[in-house]
Parts: sequence; structure tokens; C-alpha cells
Amino acid sequence: MLMRAENLCKRFGGDFLAIDRVSTQFDKGVLTSIIGPNGAGKTTLINLLSGSLSPDLGKIYFNGESIEHLPIEKRVKKGICRSFQITNIFPELTLFQNIQIPLIYYHRRNLQIFTKLDQDETITEETLQILEEIGLIEKKDLKASALSHGEQRQLEIGIALATHPQILFLDEPTQGMNKVEKASIMQNVVRFANEGKATFVIVEHDMDVVFSVSQRIIVLHGGRIIADGTPEEIRNDSLVRKVYLGEDLWTS
Amino acid sequence: MTEQRSQTWRPNETMSSRRQTVLVIIVFGLFAILPVFRSDYLNYMGMRIAIMALFALSFNILLGYTGLLSFGHAAFYGVGGYASGLILIHLTSELILAIVAGAVVAGLTALLVGYFCVKRTRIYFSMLTLAFGMLIYVVCYKWKSLTGGTESLGGIPRGKLLGLVDLFPLGRYYFFVLIVVALAIYVIYRITKSPFGLLIQGIRDNENRIRFAGVMVKRYRLYVFTIAGFFSGLAGGLYASLESTMFPTICDWQSSAEPIMVTLVGGVESFLGPIVGSVVFILIKEFVVRFTQQWLLVFGIILIILLIGFRGGVSRHIERLFARNLPA
Repeated sequence: MLMRAENLCKRFGGDFLAIDRVSTQFDKGVLTSIIGPNGAGKTTLINLLSGSLSPDLGKIYFNGESIEHLPIEKRVKKGICRSFQITNIFPELTLFQNIQIPLIYYHRRNLQIFTKLDQDETITEETLQILEEIGLIEKKDLKASALSHGEQRQLEIGIALATHPQILFLDEPTQGMNKVEKASIMQNVVRFANEGKATFVIVEHDMDVVFSVSQRIIVLHGGRIIADGTPEEIRNDSLVRKVYLGEDLWTS
Repeated sequence: MTEQRSQTWRPNETMSSRRQTVLVIIVFGLFAILPVFRSDYLNYMGMRIAIMALFALSFNILLGYTGLLSFGHAAFYGVGGYASGLILIHLTSELILAIVAGAVVAGLTALLVGYFCVKRTRIYFSMLTLAFGMLIYVVCYKWKSLTGGTESLGGIPRGKLLGLVDLFPLGRYYFFVLIVVALAIYVIYRITKSPFGLLIQGIRDNENRIRFAGVMVKRYRLYVFTIAGFFSGLAGGLYASLESTMFPTICDWQSSAEPIMVTLVGGVESFLGPIVGSVVFILIKEFVVRFTQQWLLVFGIILIILLIGFRGGVSRHIERLFARNLPA
């Protein structure tokens, strides 16, 4: 068991309970999707687990260690990372530099002020390797802001992977993409998962994507988990069907 | 921090680093042969430009590289100048020691001030730096017994180099300033090209994302603030021995506005920007003063024209010229 959440609660503005006593766990190597209608609390849950927000109540354990009080930077060091729903890259830096940044920290070069970054072979090699894996190596010297939306989403994942996480939360990785781009990015995610690069937990709205890649699906509604199981189990769950307002939203 | 960005600017349009090195060598060469003209005035102007270049570069580490706009940067310039001056008057005549010690004092001051300022960002950060800048200015003119207050700290010597060479003659002091500034600029350059240098640019670009790369943003801002303060103080020390006098107004907000103007005119986004800006700024200031009493007004108008006409700074346009006309 990689990560465990116990009775997480998060309240906004005094009266809106975004996450209501959520308890769950994530096992290594199990590709999990988190789905639910808008406003169900999916992004809030990711925020709580990755450190963007602190829970009001509840505990989070990672590899047996209690982490709910840790800030983002410390959680990243322990092996937790995430990508963002709204693309969150370093726009004025090149793709190469975007990937270098997390690698600098991972390889503990962060306080080196006199060495030449360009001549650091370890970092250079690994940067090129990651760029190759996400299919963006030809564009390595372009500014990140010059990429298309789909390419930027690929870069998002690349930056997160460069932190060498054990668990990686992807918040709507295919958001805003066309079918071809979606297929491409999910192929990469599945490949990374199979290679054991990280345990992926994906928040998604696209049911085709969810049902084709997930080994486990968690369904959130109103800040609570209303279903949790294999794709087959979720597909047949009547409460889930009801919540999604109409069975035609399910692909069979 | 996006107003100055030109949409068509791409990294592959910059000058190659070899061409940049050549340009730097040419500029350094020009400065090096200046004393040939045996003009005290030219030497003095050359030093003013060099010192301003270092001051503005230290400022741009904060603005261009980390995205922090400081309105109180001259405070560290002043602290460095006063510290170096006082050390030369009371403790030692070894100039290198005094100037470096002055810079260290400035750096420590920046560490203390920065600790409070980096807790906030953007406008709040800028306002805090302005407030602390003015605080230091007030300390300088109130602490009469130490700084001489408004009567200024006068009689700052130029001391000796390694106990042997008397640096009082302007020609000799010129070379000292040139070499110290060149070394300092090289060190700053190496920092910007280091892993740490990329991380601070990442902080500028996306402080939220870089936390997910493991970077403790506030801490790094403090490191940068301290480094910038150190180099600002180094420039101040060189200035103190050049003018042989230090006034409290060197620490005030008007003085802090100078590196801001210099950097904007020269170009925030390039390393050479503040250097180019210093040349432009000081030459224009000298030129304008000769023609009119209303030099501030004329100067202001010229600056506005430069800022509007040369978006991205003068150095950006020079770079474009080189990138387009010569084969890559």
C-alpha cells in the first residue's frame, strides 16, 4: 500500500464541505481513475493528497509515514507529484529547461551556483531521455509557450515524471485535446505505468479514456466516494449510473 | 512580468554565445584602452559606467531572473559604500579587503531585510523593499557619529592594492575598478548559467509549479536577494572610493530608481541589458546636463522615448541586428 487517506475533510468558506470523510488507499502499480460529476471534489482531493491544500480533518499516510502536515516541497521529495488541469508549465523557458528544473532538484544540484548547467552530463542525458519518451525531443529548444495545447499537456506530464515520483496524480491530462492527441498521451501514460515509472492516479472526464486504461475506478460525488472497484463493477453500479444522470453517458 | 515580452521572440534568434563572447571582449577592450587618452574625465566616466553596470546587473538578478521588483536596492549600494569607506578610514588601507568586507556587510543587511520582504510577493514585496530602503536611508543620516549624517562621510581614501600599489591616481584606480567589475560580472554570469540560476528563473516563470519540483520558493528568493545585495554593496564600495564621499541620499528611493531605469532601458531579459543600459543612461545624463538646467525633464522625456521606442530594451534591438545580419 503506497498511500492511504483516512477521513479527509475539507471545508471552504465556512459552509461548503468539498471533501466529506473520504477514506481510501492506493496500491503500487494499480492505475486508478477518479471520476465524478463537476463539483464532486476530484481536484480538491488531488490538492489534499499532493499538498496544494491542507485537510481540515483526517490523515494521509505515504509509505506508512504521516504526511498531511507536510508542505508541497517535502511531499515531492518523498515521491508524490501531480500535473495540473490548467496547463502549468514554465512558459518562457525552453522545453529542455522545463524538464531540467525538476531534475536539478532530484540530482541535488539545486544549490550549485558556479557549475555550468549545460555541461552537466547526467542531467542533460536524462532530460533528453524524458523528452524522447514524451515525444517532444525535436522541439527541445523552443519556448514552452510556443507549443500547441496538446504538446503542452505532454510537457506537463514530462515535468511531473522528472521528479521521479512514486505516485503521480494527473488532473485531467487529456483536457482540451482532440481524439488523436488523447490517444497519444494516454498511450504514453499506460506505457509509463507498465514500465513501472510511477503509480498513476488520474482524474478524468472522458469515459472512453477512463474505461480503457484503468485497473480501478473511484467515483466521487458531493465530496464522498460512492463507488470503488474495477471498471466492470463501476459500469454496472446503479448508483453511479443514477449520479451521472442518464445511462447514455456510459459506454458499454 | 509579461509586458516586455515580444511575441515573435524565439531563443534561436539570439546571438550565438560565441558572438556574445566576442562582443564582450570588444567592449572590455574598449574600456581597457580608455586610459590611453590620458583624460581624467574619460576615466571617471568609464568608472561611473562600470560601477553602474555592476549595480544594475545585481538589480537584474532580482528582476529579470527571479521576477522580483525591488524599490530599495540602493540601500545595499549605500551600505556597501559606507562600510567600505569606514573600513578604509579606520581599519585598513587594503582596498580589496575593504571593498569585499563592505559587500559582505551589504549582503548581510540584504539577508536581514530580505527575510521579511520575501514573505510577500509582487506589489507587497516591492512596497516592503521601498520601506526598508527608506529605513536604511534614515539610519544613515541619523547615525551621525558613524556616517557623518547629512554632512556626509568624507575623505574616503582609495587605499592600496596588496599593500604595495597606491591606488589614488585616477588612472590606476580605473584599472582596479575595471578588473573588479569584470570579475564580478563574470561571477554573476556563471551564477545565471548554473543549476541554481535556472531554478530562480523557474520561480519567476511559475512559482506554483516549481514547488512541485521540490523548490522552497521563499528560501530561494532570500538567497537571490542576499546575492544581489552583496554585488550591489560591492559596486557601492567602488563608488565610495571613486567619489571619496558618501551621502545618505545614495540610499534613498530616487537612487534606487536608477538601476530600475537603467535595466528597463537596456533590457530586462538579456544578461547584457543592464550593461548596455548603463552606457546609455550615463552618457545621456552627462550629455543632457551640459545643455540645460532642466536636465531631469529632458532626461525623463528621452527615457520615455527609449522605453516606448525600444520595447524589450536597447540590447534586444542590438541583438536582433546581429542575429539578422550575420550568418548564424
